[in-house]
Amino acid sequence: MKITRFLKTILMVDFVTGLLIALREMFKTKKTINYPFEKGKISPRFRGEHALRRYPNGEERCIACKLCEAVCPAQAITIESAERSDGSRKTTRYDIDMMKCIYCGLCEESCPVDAIVQGPNFEFSTETREELYYTKEKLLDNGDRWENILAANIKSDNPYR
Amino acid sequence: MEYINLVFEEVYKILFLLVPVLVSVAMIVWLDRRVWAFVQKRQGPNVVGPFGLLQSLADALKYIFKEIIIPASSNKIIFILAPIITMTLALIAWAVIPFGEDQVLANINVGILYIFAVSSLGVYGIIMGGWASNSKYPFLGSIRSAAQMVSYEVSIGIIIINVLLCVGSLNLSDIVLAQKNIWFIVPLFPMFVIFFISALAETNRPPFDLPEAEAELVAGYQTEYSGMMYAMFWLGEYANILLMCALGSILFLGGWLSPIDLYPFNLIPGAIWLILKILLLFILFALVKAVVPRYRYDQLMRLGWKIFLPFSLTYVVLTASYLFYFNLLPTL
Repeated sequence: MKITRFLKTILMVDFVTGLLIALREMFKTKKTINYPFEKGKISPRFRGEHALRRYPNGEERCIACKLCEAVCPAQAITIESAERSDGSRKTTRYDIDMMKCIYCGLCEESCPVDAIVQGPNFEFSTETREELYYTKEKLLDNGDRWENILAANIKSDNPYR
Repeated sequence: MEYINLVFEEVYKILFLLVPVLVSVAMIVWLDRRVWAFVQKRQGPNVVGPFGLLQSLADALKYIFKEIIIPASSNKIIFILAPIITMTLALIAWAVIPFGEDQVLANINVGILYIFAVSSLGVYGIIMGGWASNSKYPFLGSIRSAAQMVSYEVSIGIIIINVLLCVGSLNLSDIVLAQKNIWFIVPLFPMFVIFFISALAETNRPPFDLPEAEAELVAGYQTEYSGMMYAMFWLGEYANILLMCALGSILFLGGWLSPIDLYPFNLIPGAIWLILKILLLFILFALVKAVVPRYRYDQLMRLGWKIFLPFSLTYVVLTASYLFYFNLLPTL
């Protein structure tokens, strides 16, 4: 036993095996991607940038129930509401402080009308803090921009809810 | 006039050697990172230029524009001098490396001693850097590296004696020419292995990168350095690694000689063979970095003093007695 071990040490068997393994692994396919040019697959449940959705006729979904504001653990959401001329209750202010937000997805879960959702976009870094105080306009704009993907994601995730 | 011409001729010669060396140092850093990444199934730097080849240039540019911070409590003169010494010593050793028959800047008779002396002096840059920083981690790192480099120089010296016994000359060109029939890697294979491992330790490469063990010492003697001074330490380190690879290929792999002295192979200029051999050794350096975990300090010292030194000494005796018994000693 001792002799085998001695021979192994002298001939550096373990080292050479390791080297061969390294050489073999070198030519296998890479596990990483060229990030800005290539992007990884994202789950439909991915919790990225927020968006406020609209109905197909252009009406905002949000009914200002303030469930999301209540459930938000980071208290990042601020909502003020008022009665509109046609008698429906709508938000006058819907702000999300994206720096407070912890991207837990509870707002999305709590929403009874699928108005506030978290989309697949995770590349919204900015150079100033102010740009991360999202207002209602910004959120609705996000909703319009990502609507196709958002709707598809909600649909594909629906059977599991 | 005559004199000025002579000076300019020498300057051109030096530039003709140093510029390729510096460029290849930049390329070698890229190669190192790339090989390391490939072993770990990553892509490595691949964005700047084709295959990321210009990554090192981008890094160098970044270093040039970074602020050089000199700690208030440091010994400023020595602090600035240390990276300069490291880089200069790593570069001047290239003067005696032969790239072909008569293609050498300084064909001095004691070339190998010169290289040995210069690479021994390399410790000073590191000690000065660590001491002048006046901070704990650089100091500990420089102490470690001093002990490490000094102990492995001993075994490298004895390995070189092995080769010199077979050659009978200290001139590097003579050493290469003595391998015309058989490269020294064949009869002296154990010495080649020990030389390679000692070279790893000598250049502070993993698994012997204790002077800059980031888990313990932040960055060792480089901790307080920034900007171009840090880059000069890096340049010096990689130039040293290249030098060790060149030395290894000259001592054991037949330098500029082609592996087979046959028609299509001996048309290729010797410099290219030397570069290929250096590259091969360097890729081995890079692979070892990716494969082997870092040694503990006492293990490192044990390996150097208790294993390599007696083993290479024994091999010197064996080589000498073999050569003497069969009357093969080179005539002086």
